Amino acid sequence: MNNRQLLISLWTMVVKEIRRFLRIWPQTLVPPSITMTMYFIIFGNLIGSRVGEMHGISYMSYIVPGLIMMSVITNSYSNVASSFFSNKFQRSVEEMMVSPMPNWVILGGFVIGGAARGLGVGLIVTLVSFFFTDFSLHHPLLTLSVVIMTALLFSIAGFINALLAKKFDDISIIPIFVLTPLTYLGGVFYSIDLLPDVWQNIAMINPILYMVNAFRYGILGISDIPVTGALIAIAVFIVVFWSLALWMLNRGKGIRS
Amino acid sequence: MAEPALSIRGLTKVYGNGFEALKGIDLDVGQGDFFALLGPNGAGKSTTLGIVCSLVQKTAGQVKIFGIDIDKDFAKAKYHLGVVPQEFNFSQFEKVEDIILTQAGYYGMSMKEAKPRSDRLLKDLGLWDKRSGAARMLSGGMKRRLMIARALIHRPKLLILDEPTAGVDIELRRSMWEYMRRINREEGTSIILTTHYLEEAESLCRNIAIINRGEIVKNTSIRELLTELDTETFLLDLAAPVETLPVLDGFELERVDAQQLSLSVRKGTSLNDAFEQLSAQGIKVLSMRNRANRLEELFVSMTSQPDASSDIDGAPSTSAKETAS
Repeated sequence: MNNRQLLISLWTMVVKEIRRFLRIWPQTLVPPSITMTMYFIIFGNLIGSRVGEMHGISYMSYIVPGLIMMSVITNSYSNVASSFFSNKFQRSVEEMMVSPMPNWVILGGFVIGGAARGLGVGLIVTLVSFFFTDFSLHHPLLTLSVVIMTALLFSIAGFINALLAKKFDDISIIPIFVLTPLTYLGGVFYSIDLLPDVWQNIAMINPILYMVNAFRYGILGISDIPVTGALIAIAVFIVVFWSLALWMLNRGKGIRS
Repeated sequence: MAEPALSIRGLTKVYGNGFEALKGIDLDVGQGDFFALLGPNGAGKSTTLGIVCSLVQKTAGQVKIFGIDIDKDFAKAKYHLGVVPQEFNFSQFEKVEDIILTQAGYYGMSMKEAKPRSDRLLKDLGLWDKRSGAARMLSGGMKRRLMIARALIHRPKLLILDEPTAGVDIELRRSMWEYMRRINREEGTSIILTTHYLEEAESLCRNIAIINRGEIVKNTSIRELLTELDTETFLLDLAAPVETLPVLDGFELERVDAQQLSLSVRKGTSLNDAFEQLSAQGIKVLSMRNRANRLEELFVSMTSQPDASSDIDGAPSTSAKETAS
Protein backbone atom coordinates (compact mmCIF):
# COMPACT_ATOMS: atom_id res chain seq x y z
CA MET A 1 0.00 0.00 0.00
CA ASN A 2 1.27 3.48 -0.72
CA ASN A 3 1.21 6.19 1.93
CA ARG A 4 -2.13 7.59 0.79
CA GLN A 5 -3.74 4.16 0.93
CA LEU A 6 -2.23 3.54 4.36
CA LEU A 7 -3.70 6.81 5.61
CA ILE A 8 -7.11 5.98 4.14
CA SER A 9 -7.11 2.53 5.76
CA LEU A 10 -6.01 3.92 9.14
CA TRP A 11 -8.65 6.65 8.93
CA THR A 12 -11.26 4.01 8.05
CA MET A 13 -10.31 1.97 11.12
CA VAL A 14 -10.45 4.99 13.40
CA VAL A 15 -13.80 6.18 12.03
CA LYS A 16 -15.23 2.69 12.40
CA GLU A 17 -14.11 2.52 16.03
CA ILE A 18 -15.42 5.99 16.89
CA ARG A 19 -18.70 5.25 15.11
CA ARG A 20 -19.03 2.12 17.23
CA PHE A 21 -18.79 3.82 20.61
CA LEU A 22 -20.94 6.76 19.49
CA ARG A 23 -23.60 4.33 18.22
CA ILE A 24 -23.87 2.78 21.68
CA TRP A 25 -23.36 6.03 23.63
CA PRO A 26 -25.81 5.03 26.40
CA GLN A 27 -23.38 2.18 27.20
CA THR A 28 -20.10 3.95 26.51
CA LEU A 29 -20.41 7.62 27.37
CA VAL A 30 -23.25 8.05 29.83
CA PRO A 31 -22.42 5.47 32.56
CA PRO A 32 -18.88 6.73 33.27
CA SER A 33 -20.16 10.28 33.41
CA ILE A 34 -22.82 9.35 35.94
CA THR A 35 -20.38 7.29 38.03
CA MET A 36 -17.89 10.15 38.14
CA THR A 37 -20.63 12.61 39.08
CA MET A 38 -21.42 10.33 42.01
CA TYR A 39 -17.73 10.37 43.03
CA PHE A 40 -17.73 14.16 42.90
CA ILE A 41 -20.88 14.40 45.01
CA ILE A 42 -20.08 11.74 47.59
CA PHE A 43 -16.28 11.74 47.89
CA GLY A 44 -15.56 15.28 46.80
CA ASN A 45 -18.49 17.17 48.24
CA LEU A 46 -19.90 15.23 51.21
CA ILE A 47 -16.86 13.37 52.55
CA GLY A 48 -14.32 15.78 51.08
CA SER A 49 -15.70 18.72 53.05
CA ARG A 50 -14.72 16.84 56.24
CA VAL A 51 -11.33 15.70 54.92
CA GLY A 52 -10.13 19.24 54.47
CA GLU A 53 -7.13 20.08 52.33
CA MET A 54 -4.50 17.85 50.77
CA HIS A 55 -1.16 19.40 49.88
CA GLY A 56 -2.84 22.75 50.55
CA ILE A 57 -5.57 22.11 47.99
CA SER A 58 -9.26 21.42 48.65
CA TYR A 59 -10.02 17.70 48.59
CA MET A 60 -12.51 18.17 45.75
CA SER A 61 -9.88 19.82 43.56
CA TYR A 62 -7.32 17.21 44.61
CA ILE A 63 -9.37 14.25 43.38
CA VAL A 64 -10.48 15.82 40.07
CA PRO A 65 -7.29 14.90 38.11
CA GLY A 66 -7.37 11.37 39.54
CA LEU A 67 -10.98 10.84 38.60
CA ILE A 68 -10.43 12.17 35.08
CA MET A 69 -7.45 9.86 34.71
CA MET A 70 -9.42 6.93 36.11
CA SER A 71 -12.09 7.51 33.45
CA VAL A 72 -9.50 7.74 30.70
CA ILE A 73 -7.76 4.53 31.80
CA THR A 74 -10.85 2.37 32.22
CA ASN A 75 -12.61 3.61 29.08
CA SER A 76 -9.58 3.37 26.80
CA TYR A 77 -8.92 -0.14 28.02
CA SER A 78 -12.46 -1.45 27.93
CA ASN A 79 -13.24 0.13 24.55
CA VAL A 80 -10.49 -1.72 22.73
CA ALA A 81 -10.90 -4.90 24.75
CA SER A 82 -14.61 -5.18 24.00
CA SER A 83 -14.45 -3.85 20.45
CA PHE A 84 -11.66 -6.14 19.30
CA PHE A 85 -13.08 -9.13 21.11
CA SER A 86 -16.49 -8.47 19.51
CA ASN A 87 -14.73 -8.41 16.17
CA LYS A 88 -13.17 -11.76 16.98
CA PHE A 89 -16.45 -13.14 18.26
CA GLN A 90 -18.44 -12.00 15.22
CA ARG A 91 -15.50 -12.95 13.00
CA SER A 92 -15.53 -9.50 11.44
CA VAL A 93 -11.83 -9.38 12.27
CA GLU A 94 -11.53 -11.48 9.10
CA GLU A 95 -12.57 -8.42 7.09
CA MET A 96 -9.34 -6.80 8.18
CA MET A 97 -7.19 -9.90 7.92
CA VAL A 98 -8.06 -10.60 4.28
CA SER A 99 -7.33 -7.00 3.32
CA PRO A 100 -3.85 -5.73 2.46
CA MET A 101 -3.77 -3.48 5.55
CA PRO A 102 -0.58 -4.01 7.50
CA ASN A 103 -1.01 -5.16 11.08
CA TRP A 104 0.30 -1.90 12.50
CA VAL A 105 -2.60 -0.09 10.83
CA ILE A 106 -5.10 -2.52 12.38
CA LEU A 107 -3.49 -2.09 15.79
CA GLY A 108 -3.20 1.68 15.32
CA GLY A 109 -6.85 1.97 14.33
CA PHE A 110 -8.09 0.16 17.42
CA VAL A 111 -5.69 2.03 19.70
CA ILE A 112 -6.57 5.48 18.38
CA GLY A 113 -10.27 4.59 18.54
CA GLY A 114 -9.91 3.44 22.14
CA ALA A 115 -7.91 6.52 23.07
CA ALA A 116 -10.62 8.67 21.45
CA ARG A 117 -13.23 7.18 23.74
CA GLY A 118 -10.99 7.47 26.80
CA LEU A 119 -10.25 11.11 26.02
CA GLY A 120 -13.90 11.79 25.15
CA VAL A 121 -15.09 10.43 28.48
CA GLY A 122 -12.23 12.28 30.19
CA LEU A 123 -13.46 15.50 28.60
CA ILE A 124 -17.04 14.84 29.75
CA VAL A 125 -15.81 14.18 33.30
CA THR A 126 -13.74 17.38 33.17
CA LEU A 127 -16.82 19.34 32.13
CA VAL A 128 -18.85 17.72 34.93
CA SER A 129 -16.13 18.62 37.44
CA PHE A 130 -16.64 22.32 36.66
CA PHE A 131 -20.02 22.05 38.41
CA PHE A 132 -18.15 21.20 41.62
CA THR A 133 -14.85 23.05 41.50
CA ASP A 134 -12.74 25.44 39.46
CA PHE A 135 -9.22 24.78 38.30
CA SER A 136 -6.85 25.99 35.66
CA LEU A 137 -4.11 24.02 33.95
CA HIS A 138 -0.75 24.46 35.59
CA HIS A 139 1.17 22.90 32.70
CA PRO A 140 -1.24 22.51 29.73
CA LEU A 141 1.23 20.74 27.44
CA LEU A 142 2.28 18.28 30.13
CA THR A 143 -1.35 17.62 31.06
CA LEU A 144 -2.25 16.91 27.46
CA SER A 145 0.82 14.74 26.86
CA VAL A 146 0.21 12.61 29.95
CA VAL A 147 -3.48 12.06 29.29
CA ILE A 148 -2.95 11.18 25.62
CA MET A 149 -0.05 8.84 26.36
CA THR A 150 -2.03 7.14 29.13
CA ALA A 151 -5.05 6.70 26.85
CA LEU A 152 -2.81 5.17 24.17
CA LEU A 153 -1.06 2.89 26.66
CA PHE A 154 -4.27 1.44 28.08
CA SER A 155 -5.80 1.08 24.64
CA ILE A 156 -2.84 -1.09 23.65
CA ALA A 157 -3.19 -3.06 26.88
CA GLY A 158 -6.88 -3.61 26.12
CA PHE A 159 -5.96 -4.86 22.66
CA ILE A 160 -3.54 -7.44 24.11
CA ASN A 161 -6.24 -8.57 26.54
CA ALA A 162 -8.72 -9.01 23.67
CA LEU A 163 -6.20 -10.89 21.53
CA LEU A 164 -5.65 -13.40 24.31
CA ALA A 165 -9.30 -13.61 25.36
CA LYS A 166 -11.25 -16.71 24.42
CA LYS A 167 -14.58 -15.72 25.98
CA PHE A 168 -16.27 -12.53 27.12
CA ASP A 169 -15.35 -13.22 30.77
CA ASP A 170 -11.69 -12.94 29.80
CA ILE A 171 -12.03 -9.28 28.90
CA SER A 172 -13.56 -8.35 32.24
CA ILE A 173 -11.11 -10.20 34.50
CA ILE A 174 -8.20 -7.78 34.05
CA PRO A 175 -10.29 -4.59 34.47
CA ILE A 176 -11.99 -5.94 37.60
CA PHE A 177 -9.13 -7.69 39.34
CA VAL A 178 -6.12 -5.70 38.16
CA LEU A 179 -7.04 -2.33 36.71
CA THR A 180 -9.58 -1.18 39.29
CA PRO A 181 -7.47 -2.03 42.36
CA LEU A 182 -4.36 -0.46 40.81
CA THR A 183 -6.33 2.66 39.94
CA TYR A 184 -7.84 2.98 43.43
CA LEU A 185 -4.40 2.39 44.95
CA GLY A 186 -2.79 4.73 42.44
CA GLY A 187 -3.36 7.90 44.43
CA VAL A 188 -6.66 8.92 42.87
CA PHE A 189 -8.23 9.71 46.24
CA TYR A 190 -5.20 10.34 48.45
CA SER A 191 -1.57 11.33 48.56
CA ILE A 192 0.79 8.43 49.19
CA ASP A 193 2.35 10.60 51.90
CA LEU A 194 -0.58 9.44 54.02
CA LEU A 195 0.54 5.81 53.76
CA PRO A 196 2.98 4.12 56.17
CA ASP A 197 6.52 3.83 54.75
CA VAL A 198 6.16 0.19 53.79
CA TRP A 199 3.00 0.84 51.80
CA GLN A 200 4.52 3.91 50.22
CA ASN A 201 7.31 1.72 48.85
CA ILE A 202 4.80 -0.83 47.61
CA ALA A 203 2.70 1.91 46.01
CA MET A 204 5.75 3.08 44.07
CA ILE A 205 5.67 -0.06 41.92
CA ASN A 206 2.13 0.76 40.77
CA PRO A 207 2.46 2.29 37.27
CA ILE A 208 -0.90 4.04 37.54
CA LEU A 209 0.43 6.09 40.47
CA TYR A 210 2.88 7.73 38.07
CA MET A 211 0.22 8.56 35.52
CA VAL A 212 -2.22 9.99 38.05
CA ASN A 213 0.47 12.08 39.71
CA ALA A 214 1.96 13.34 36.47
CA PHE A 215 -1.52 14.37 35.34
CA ARG A 216 -2.24 15.97 38.72
CA TYR A 217 1.01 17.88 38.44
CA GLY A 218 -0.03 19.18 35.03
CA ILE A 219 -3.32 20.47 36.43
CA LEU A 220 -2.55 21.43 40.03
CA GLY A 221 1.24 21.64 40.09
CA ILE A 222 1.60 19.03 42.86
CA SER A 223 2.88 15.45 42.66
CA ASP A 224 4.04 12.62 44.92
CA ILE A 225 6.63 11.46 42.38
CA PRO A 226 9.16 12.97 39.94
CA VAL A 227 7.18 13.89 36.81
CA THR A 228 9.97 13.42 34.28
CA GLY A 229 10.47 9.87 35.44
CA ALA A 230 6.75 9.28 35.10
CA LEU A 231 6.72 10.53 31.51
CA ILE A 232 9.66 8.34 30.58
CA ALA A 233 8.04 5.32 32.26
CA ILE A 234 4.77 5.83 30.34
CA ALA A 235 6.67 6.22 27.05
CA VAL A 236 8.66 3.03 27.73
CA PHE A 237 5.49 1.12 28.59
CA ILE A 238 3.89 2.32 25.34
CA VAL A 239 6.84 1.11 23.26
CA VAL A 240 6.98 -2.26 25.06
CA PHE A 241 3.23 -2.90 24.92
CA TRP A 242 2.96 -1.74 21.29
CA SER A 243 5.81 -4.04 20.27
CA LEU A 244 4.26 -6.94 22.16
CA ALA A 245 0.81 -6.36 20.64
CA LEU A 246 2.23 -6.09 17.12
CA TRP A 247 4.34 -9.19 17.58
CA MET A 248 1.30 -11.14 18.74
CA LEU A 249 -0.76 -9.81 15.84
CA ASN A 250 1.96 -10.73 13.33
CA ARG A 251 2.05 -14.23 14.77
CA GLY A 252 -1.73 -14.43 14.48
CA LYS A 253 -2.04 -15.06 18.20
CA GLY A 254 -5.70 -15.61 19.04
CA ILE A 255 -6.95 -14.92 15.53
CA ARG A 256 -5.26 -17.38 13.16
CA SER A 257 -5.28 -21.14 13.41
CA MET B 1 1.66 -17.98 -20.82
CA ALA B 2 -0.46 -16.13 -18.28
CA GLU B 3 0.19 -16.90 -14.63
CA PRO B 4 -2.61 -18.93 -13.04
CA ALA B 5 -5.01 -16.97 -10.88
CA LEU B 6 -4.09 -19.37 -8.10
CA SER B 7 -1.19 -21.75 -7.97
CA ILE B 8 -0.66 -24.07 -5.02
CA ARG B 9 2.32 -26.37 -4.60
CA GLY B 10 2.94 -28.87 -1.82
CA LEU B 11 0.53 -27.13 0.53
CA THR B 12 0.54 -28.75 3.94
CA LYS B 13 -1.28 -27.86 7.10
CA VAL B 14 -0.84 -29.61 10.41
CA TYR B 15 -2.94 -28.18 13.22
CA GLY B 16 -1.69 -27.84 16.77
CA ASN B 17 -3.44 -31.05 17.81
CA GLY B 18 -1.45 -32.99 15.20
CA PHE B 19 -4.31 -33.28 12.70
CA GLU B 20 -2.94 -33.17 9.15
CA ALA B 21 -5.60 -31.23 7.29
CA LEU B 22 -3.63 -30.87 4.03
CA LYS B 23 -1.08 -33.39 2.82
CA GLY B 24 0.96 -31.45 0.29
CA ILE B 25 -1.66 -30.57 -2.30
CA ASP B 26 -1.00 -29.08 -5.74
CA LEU B 27 -3.65 -27.05 -7.51
CA ASP B 28 -3.88 -24.56 -10.36
CA VAL B 29 -6.81 -22.32 -11.16
CA GLY B 30 -6.53 -20.55 -14.49
CA GLN B 31 -7.29 -16.90 -15.10
CA GLY B 32 -10.96 -16.37 -15.90
CA ASP B 33 -11.86 -19.87 -14.75
CA PHE B 34 -14.98 -20.79 -12.80
CA PHE B 35 -13.56 -23.50 -10.59
CA ALA B 36 -15.24 -25.83 -8.13
CA LEU B 37 -13.41 -27.13 -5.09
CA LEU B 38 -15.46 -29.96 -3.69
CA GLY B 39 -15.05 -32.33 -0.82
CA PRO B 40 -16.83 -33.70 2.22
CA ASN B 41 -16.77 -31.76 5.46
CA GLY B 42 -13.33 -31.85 7.02
CA ALA B 43 -11.70 -32.74 3.70
CA GLY B 44 -9.53 -29.61 3.68
CA LYS B 45 -11.46 -27.16 1.47
CA SER B 46 -11.84 -24.41 4.02
CA THR B 47 -8.29 -24.90 5.27
CA THR B 48 -7.00 -24.48 1.71
CA LEU B 49 -9.03 -21.35 1.11
CA GLY B 50 -8.23 -20.08 4.62
CA ILE B 51 -4.52 -20.27 3.80
CA VAL B 52 -5.05 -18.52 0.47
CA CYS B 53 -6.78 -15.59 2.16
CA SER B 54 -4.51 -15.49 5.23
CA LEU B 55 -6.98 -16.69 7.83
CA VAL B 56 -5.03 -19.91 8.38
CA GLN B 57 -1.25 -20.26 8.65
CA LYS B 58 0.23 -22.91 6.40
CA THR B 59 2.73 -25.42 7.67
CA ALA B 60 4.57 -25.83 4.37
CA GLY B 61 4.18 -25.26 0.66
CA GLN B 62 3.82 -22.39 -1.75
CA VAL B 63 0.80 -20.31 -2.72
CA LYS B 64 0.88 -17.84 -5.59
CA ILE B 65 -1.95 -15.48 -6.50
CA PHE B 66 -1.54 -14.20 -10.06
CA GLY B 67 2.13 -15.10 -9.77
CA ILE B 68 2.64 -13.29 -6.47
CA ASP B 69 4.06 -15.53 -3.76
CA ILE B 70 2.11 -14.87 -0.55
CA ASP B 71 5.27 -15.45 1.47
CA LYS B 72 6.98 -12.61 -0.37
CA ASP B 73 4.25 -9.99 -0.80
CA PHE B 74 0.96 -11.08 0.71
CA ALA B 75 -0.35 -7.50 0.82
CA LYS B 76 0.02 -7.17 -2.96
CA ALA B 77 -1.54 -10.58 -3.53
CA LYS B 78 -4.49 -9.66 -1.33
CA TYR B 79 -5.47 -6.82 -3.67
CA HIS B 80 -6.44 -9.48 -6.21
CA LEU B 81 -8.53 -11.47 -3.75
CA GLY B 82 -12.17 -11.14 -2.80
CA VAL B 83 -13.49 -13.53 -0.17
CA VAL B 84 -17.03 -14.62 0.61
CA PRO B 85 -16.72 -16.93 3.58
CA GLN B 86 -19.03 -19.69 4.68
CA GLU B 87 -20.14 -17.96 7.88
CA PHE B 88 -21.40 -14.42 8.25
CA ASN B 89 -18.39 -12.42 9.32
CA PHE B 90 -19.47 -8.81 9.49
CA SER B 91 -20.60 -6.71 12.41
CA GLN B 92 -24.32 -7.30 12.68
CA PHE B 93 -24.78 -3.85 14.18
CA GLU B 94 -23.22 -1.85 11.35
CA LYS B 95 -25.25 -0.37 8.55
CA VAL B 96 -25.22 -2.36 5.31
CA GLU B 97 -23.61 0.43 3.32
CA ASP B 98 -21.04 1.16 6.03
CA ILE B 99 -19.88 -2.47 5.94
CA ILE B 100 -19.11 -2.20 2.24
CA LEU B 101 -17.52 1.24 2.42
CA THR B 102 -15.42 0.26 5.42
CA GLN B 103 -14.10 -2.71 3.49
CA ALA B 104 -13.21 -0.35 0.63
CA GLY B 105 -11.30 1.77 3.13
CA TYR B 106 -9.32 -1.26 4.24
CA TYR B 107 -8.09 -1.56 0.66
CA GLY B 108 -7.11 2.11 0.63
CA MET B 109 -9.97 3.18 -1.65
CA SER B 110 -11.05 6.78 -1.21
CA MET B 111 -14.70 7.52 -0.52
CA LYS B 112 -14.94 9.26 -3.91
CA GLU B 113 -13.91 6.02 -5.60
CA ALA B 114 -15.75 3.62 -3.29
CA LYS B 115 -19.18 5.26 -3.07
CA PRO B 116 -20.25 4.87 -6.74
CA ARG B 117 -18.92 1.31 -6.78
CA SER B 118 -20.79 0.51 -3.57
CA ASP B 119 -24.00 2.05 -4.94
CA ARG B 120 -23.76 -0.10 -8.03
CA LEU B 121 -23.12 -3.30 -6.09
CA LEU B 122 -25.98 -2.56 -3.70
CA LYS B 123 -28.31 -2.09 -6.67
CA ASP B 124 -27.01 -5.11 -8.60
CA LEU B 125 -27.40 -7.37 -5.60
CA GLY B 126 -30.82 -6.10 -4.58
CA LEU B 127 -29.69 -4.44 -1.36
CA TRP B 128 -30.26 -0.81 -2.30
CA ASP B 129 -33.42 -0.40 -0.23
CA LYS B 130 -31.70 -1.92 2.80
CA ARG B 131 -28.51 0.10 2.61
CA SER B 132 -29.25 2.31 5.62
CA GLY B 133 -30.46 -0.47 7.90
CA ALA B 134 -28.39 -2.54 10.33
CA ALA B 135 -27.01 -5.75 8.84
CA ARG B 136 -28.73 -7.84 11.50
CA MET B 137 -32.11 -6.87 10.02
CA LEU B 138 -31.31 -8.58 6.71
CA SER B 139 -32.61 -12.01 5.77
CA GLY B 140 -30.11 -14.86 5.43
CA GLY B 141 -30.03 -14.53 1.63
CA MET B 142 -29.48 -10.80 1.82
CA LYS B 143 -26.63 -11.29 4.27
CA ARG B 144 -24.97 -13.61 1.75
CA ARG B 145 -25.41 -11.02 -0.97
CA LEU B 146 -23.99 -8.37 1.35
CA MET B 147 -20.86 -10.49 1.72
CA ILE B 148 -20.61 -10.80 -2.07
CA ALA B 149 -20.95 -7.01 -2.47
CA ARG B 150 -18.31 -6.49 0.20
CA ALA B 151 -15.94 -8.95 -1.47
CA LEU B 152 -16.31 -7.23 -4.85
CA ILE B 153 -15.92 -3.62 -3.72
CA HIS B 154 -12.22 -3.44 -4.61
CA ARG B 155 -12.67 -5.19 -7.98
CA PRO B 156 -10.78 -8.40 -7.17
CA LYS B 157 -9.52 -10.54 -10.02
CA LEU B 158 -10.02 -13.71 -8.02
CA LEU B 159 -13.22 -14.27 -6.06
CA ILE B 160 -13.41 -17.06 -3.50
CA LEU B 161 -16.93 -18.19 -2.71
CA ASP B 162 -17.09 -20.62 0.19
CA GLU B 163 -20.58 -22.12 0.06
CA PRO B 164 -22.18 -18.84 -1.00
CA THR B 165 -25.67 -20.25 -1.47
CA ALA B 166 -25.96 -22.35 1.68
CA GLY B 167 -29.38 -21.79 3.20
CA VAL B 168 -30.56 -19.66 0.31
CA ASP B 169 -33.91 -20.40 -1.33
CA ILE B 170 -33.95 -21.73 -4.88
CA GLU B 171 -35.12 -18.54 -6.58
CA LEU B 172 -32.48 -16.45 -4.88
CA ARG B 173 -29.87 -19.11 -5.48
CA ARG B 174 -30.51 -19.02 -9.19
CA SER B 175 -30.32 -15.23 -9.28
CA MET B 176 -26.99 -15.44 -7.44
CA TRP B 177 -25.77 -17.99 -9.99
CA GLU B 178 -26.70 -15.61 -12.76
CA TYR B 179 -24.81 -12.80 -11.07
CA MET B 180 -21.72 -14.96 -10.59
CA ARG B 181 -21.84 -16.09 -14.19
CA ARG B 182 -22.08 -12.45 -15.25
CA ILE B 183 -19.05 -11.24 -13.32
CA ASN B 184 -17.09 -14.26 -14.53
CA ARG B 185 -18.10 -13.70 -18.16
CA GLU B 186 -18.22 -9.91 -18.40
CA GLU B 187 -15.55 -8.81 -15.94
CA GLY B 188 -13.29 -11.84 -16.38
CA THR B 189 -13.24 -12.46 -12.62
CA SER B 190 -11.77 -15.86 -11.81
CA ILE B 191 -14.01 -17.64 -9.35
CA ILE B 192 -13.33 -20.50 -6.96
CA LEU B 193 -16.48 -22.02 -5.55
CA THR B 194 -16.96 -24.53 -2.80
CA THR B 195 -20.41 -25.93 -2.44
CA HIS B 196 -22.35 -28.90 -1.20
CA TYR B 197 -24.86 -28.43 -4.02
CA LEU B 198 -23.25 -30.48 -6.75
CA GLU B 199 -25.88 -29.32 -9.18
CA GLU B 200 -24.50 -25.83 -8.57
CA ALA B 201 -20.95 -26.90 -9.38
CA GLU B 202 -22.07 -28.75 -12.50
CA SER B 203 -24.11 -25.81 -13.68
CA LEU B 204 -21.58 -23.05 -13.01
CA CYS B 205 -18.07 -24.41 -13.13
CA ARG B 206 -15.78 -25.42 -15.97
CA ASN B 207 -13.10 -27.10 -13.91
CA ILE B 208 -13.16 -29.01 -10.70
CA ALA B 209 -10.96 -30.42 -7.98
CA ILE B 210 -12.19 -32.93 -5.46
CA ILE B 211 -10.36 -32.98 -2.18
CA ASN B 212 -10.67 -35.76 0.34
CA ARG B 213 -8.77 -36.25 3.58
CA GLY B 214 -6.33 -33.51 2.74
CA GLU B 215 -5.49 -34.81 -0.73
CA ILE B 216 -6.67 -33.85 -4.19
CA VAL B 217 -8.30 -36.99 -5.54
CA LYS B 218 -9.42 -35.47 -8.84
CA ASN B 219 -8.53 -32.33 -10.74
CA THR B 220 -10.02 -32.02 -14.19
CA SER B 221 -12.74 -30.31 -16.22
CA ILE B 222 -16.36 -30.99 -15.38
CA ARG B 223 -16.90 -32.29 -18.92
CA GLU B 224 -14.04 -34.80 -18.62
CA LEU B 225 -15.20 -35.85 -15.22
CA LEU B 226 -18.71 -36.59 -16.36
CA THR B 227 -17.41 -38.83 -19.13
CA GLU B 228 -16.00 -41.02 -16.38
CA LEU B 229 -19.47 -41.72 -15.13
CA ASP B 230 -19.99 -45.45 -15.87
CA THR B 231 -23.51 -45.79 -14.69
CA GLU B 232 -26.43 -43.45 -14.38
CA THR B 233 -29.42 -44.31 -12.25
CA PHE B 234 -32.93 -43.20 -13.08
CA LEU B 235 -36.13 -43.38 -11.10
CA LEU B 236 -39.14 -44.50 -13.11
CA ASP B 237 -42.66 -43.62 -11.95
CA LEU B 238 -45.09 -46.25 -13.14
CA ALA B 239 -48.70 -45.87 -14.20
CA ALA B 240 -49.74 -48.95 -12.19
CA PRO B 241 -48.21 -50.91 -9.31
CA VAL B 242 -46.08 -53.94 -10.16
CA GLU B 243 -46.27 -57.03 -8.00
CA THR B 244 -42.97 -58.60 -9.08
CA LEU B 245 -39.74 -56.99 -10.19
CA PRO B 246 -39.51 -57.11 -13.99
CA VAL B 247 -36.32 -58.51 -15.48
CA LEU B 248 -34.69 -56.45 -18.23
CA ASP B 249 -31.92 -57.82 -20.39
CA GLY B 250 -28.79 -55.64 -20.07
CA PHE B 251 -30.13 -53.44 -17.28
CA GLU B 252 -30.19 -53.55 -13.51
CA LEU B 253 -33.55 -52.84 -12.02
CA GLU B 254 -34.54 -52.34 -8.37
CA ARG B 255 -37.95 -51.93 -6.86
CA VAL B 256 -38.19 -48.74 -4.82
CA ASP B 257 -41.87 -49.26 -4.08
CA ALA B 258 -44.88 -50.75 -5.85
CA GLN B 259 -45.09 -47.88 -8.33
CA GLN B 260 -41.46 -46.84 -8.62
CA LEU B 261 -38.43 -48.60 -10.06
CA SER B 262 -34.76 -47.72 -10.03
CA LEU B 263 -33.06 -48.32 -13.39
CA SER B 264 -29.25 -48.42 -13.71
CA VAL B 265 -27.96 -47.68 -17.20
CA ARG B 266 -24.36 -48.32 -18.17
CA LYS B 267 -22.52 -45.85 -20.36
CA GLY B 268 -23.24 -46.51 -24.06
CA THR B 269 -26.46 -48.38 -23.42
CA SER B 270 -29.58 -47.05 -25.12
CA LEU B 271 -32.50 -46.17 -22.89
CA ASN B 272 -34.82 -47.13 -25.76
CA ASP B 273 -33.96 -50.79 -25.13
CA ALA B 274 -35.12 -50.51 -21.54
CA PHE B 275 -38.40 -48.82 -22.50
CA GLU B 276 -39.06 -51.36 -25.24
CA GLN B 277 -38.61 -54.21 -22.77
CA LEU B 278 -40.81 -52.53 -20.19
CA SER B 279 -43.52 -51.89 -22.80
CA ALA B 280 -43.33 -55.52 -23.88
CA GLN B 281 -44.03 -56.54 -20.28
CA GLY B 282 -47.02 -54.18 -20.14
CA ILE B 283 -45.37 -51.70 -17.81
CA LYS B 284 -46.16 -48.09 -18.56
CA VAL B 285 -43.73 -45.41 -17.41
CA LEU B 286 -45.26 -42.01 -16.59
CA SER B 287 -42.14 -40.06 -15.76
CA MET B 288 -38.42 -40.45 -15.24
CA ARG B 289 -35.74 -38.51 -13.38
CA ASN B 290 -32.14 -38.90 -12.29
CA ARG B 291 -31.80 -40.67 -8.99
CA ALA B 292 -28.97 -38.33 -8.05
CA ASN B 293 -27.16 -35.47 -9.69
CA ARG B 294 -24.60 -36.97 -12.10
CA LEU B 295 -21.70 -35.22 -10.46
CA GLU B 296 -22.99 -36.33 -7.11
CA GLU B 297 -22.65 -39.97 -8.10
CA LEU B 298 -19.03 -39.45 -9.09
CA PHE B 299 -18.36 -37.43 -5.98
CA VAL B 300 -19.71 -40.12 -3.71
CA SER B 301 -17.72 -42.80 -5.49
CA MET B 302 -14.50 -40.80 -5.17
CA THR B 303 -14.86 -39.72 -1.60
CA SER B 304 -16.69 -42.58 0.07
CA GLN B 305 -14.49 -44.91 2.02
CA PRO B 306 -15.47 -47.34 4.74
CA ASP B 307 -14.98 -44.81 7.54
CA ALA B 308 -15.33 -41.63 5.53
CA SER B 309 -18.25 -39.45 6.41
CA SER B 310 -19.54 -37.51 3.47
CA ASP B 311 -22.51 -35.32 4.02
CA ILE B 312 -23.34 -35.02 0.35
CA ASP B 313 -26.82 -36.32 0.09
CA GLY B 314 -27.22 -39.02 -2.48
CA ALA B 315 -30.97 -39.15 -2.11
CA PRO B 316 -33.20 -38.82 -5.17
CA SER B 317 -33.13 -35.27 -6.33
CA THR B 318 -33.24 -33.25 -9.48
CA SER B 319 -33.56 -30.00 -7.60
CA ALA B 320 -30.96 -28.66 -5.23
CA LYS B 321 -30.91 -30.37 -1.91
CA GLU B 322 -29.51 -28.70 1.14
CA THR B 323 -27.13 -30.62 3.31
CA ALA B 324 -25.53 -29.74 6.59
CA SER B 325 -22.33 -27.81 6.37
